[in-house]
Amino acid sequence: MMYGHAWDLSTPLSFALSILPILAIGLVVTLEATAAGFLLALVLGLAFALLRRARSRLITWPVGVFVEFIRDTPLLVQLYFLYFVLPKYGVTLPAFATGAIALGLQYSAYTSEVYRAGLDAIRRGQWEAACALNLSRWQTYRDVLIPQAIPRIVPALGNYLVSMLKETPILSTVSVIDMLNLANAIGDRTFQYLVPLSMVGVIFLILTLIFSAGIRAVELALPRAGIPLR
Amino acid sequence: MTPIVRFRSVIKRFGPLEVLRDFDFSVRPGEKVTLIGPSGSGKSTVLRILMTLEPFQEGSVEIDGLSYHEPGGKGPFRARDRHLRQIRSRIGMVFQSFNLFPHMTVLRNLTEAPVAVLGLKRAEAEERAMGLLAMVGLTEKSHAYPGQLSGGQQQRVAIARALAMRPRVLLFDEPTSALDPQLVGEVLNVIRGLAHEHDLTMILVTHEMRFAREVSDRVCFFDRGRIVEEGEPGQIFSAPAHARTREFLQAVLGEAPLPVAAPA
Repeated sequence: MMYGHAWDLSTPLSFALSILPILAIGLVVTLEATAAGFLLALVLGLAFALLRRARSRLITWPVGVFVEFIRDTPLLVQLYFLYFVLPKYGVTLPAFATGAIALGLQYSAYTSEVYRAGLDAIRRGQWEAACALNLSRWQTYRDVLIPQAIPRIVPALGNYLVSMLKETPILSTVSVIDMLNLANAIGDRTFQYLVPLSMVGVIFLILTLIFSAGIRAVELALPRAGIPLR
Repeated sequence: MTPIVRFRSVIKRFGPLEVLRDFDFSVRPGEKVTLIGPSGSGKSTVLRILMTLEPFQEGSVEIDGLSYHEPGGKGPFRARDRHLRQIRSRIGMVFQSFNLFPHMTVLRNLTEAPVAVLGLKRAEAEERAMGLLAMVGLTEKSHAYPGQLSGGQQQRVAIARALAMRPRVLLFDEPTSALDPQLVGEVLNVIRGLAHEHDLTMILVTHEMRFAREVSDRVCFFDRGRIVEEGEPGQIFSAPAHARTREFLQAVLGEAPLPVAAPA
């Protein structure tokens, strides 16, 4: 019995079906964490990419070092740091928020590279035309460069979305009640690990297949030349 | 008359290479000047410096009385962004490779900067844009994307786009060099029309010698980072004084200098 749902151990199939509602609760958390983390990664990554293209080295340097540091240290270490160390300095966040921030931060380091490559790939003439029309730096990014970068970066961003989805079980290590955590709990109570853990694996497989198909559909739907943002 | 554009003793280097050497050049308001010469002689660099796409190392450049370098200005351009944008507000540029924004319709290409930079209302900007499209003969393409147009059409849109900002000085950097030969004429026709605008100052870099002769008030022959000869087109093309000019014209025209009479 968990969250008001009893399990039925008579056959593996009935067991699997009976714990499905419980795992569904964790599934929602998994999806929420992915959504929150990915949104953060998209926004922060863009900010990092633009800051790393700033003209002053006083900006590009510290940002570059920070991004490299985030990218080259393990997610689990960052997660523990946010969860166990920050409260010592008065910053206490709920487990879910901590997890989403850790995911978002780590992936922002990856997405910033994607944005950077996407922006670098745009022909120099576009910059020059924007300059000749007297657009400001900000207007040039917003109206000319980023819209053209979008179709080029969607496939790479999609890969990171799938990859982040598969990394969410790491949040169970800081007591976020996700699918893996619930499957473990069910196993602890029933001494049956095979079915709950297999279920988690299969659900992830189905999710990643759905996500990948969704990304491919978006890719195909995007105009190659770019998307005006305004 | 005070010049609208003035270069004084300008030195421009790319690494060890001096592209402009102690370069002097000035243009009167409304004048149509063509820069000719071998590639790498610094013609395009003059336009790119004027458009603030390239910094220069020594000397001074002015447009409309406005100096490019600010006193105490920092960075490669030795000026703040605000100052550079004031300079840019006076100039438009047409590029060899058109550089239209591929994700915007033709109309949007023409209204983007007037709305974002000049603060025009969209309706106002569209009215101005349609007027310019009519001038370049592309009214029916206003909702097409650049990728759906021929090179000649794209370049005509690019000219209209530059004019939409009402520049005092319009720069043309080899506007027909990327075009198929049969599309060159339509673009030259549009530029020819502009040559009759008295208020518009034009500086052209081109390899279309007959065209240069027809539209320019003055032709400047460049060689190795300097103007070695300049004058009225009739004089430069028919009776070049400098040996380098003669060699160049003979090479590009593949014949003796053009006859004195202007083509009908």
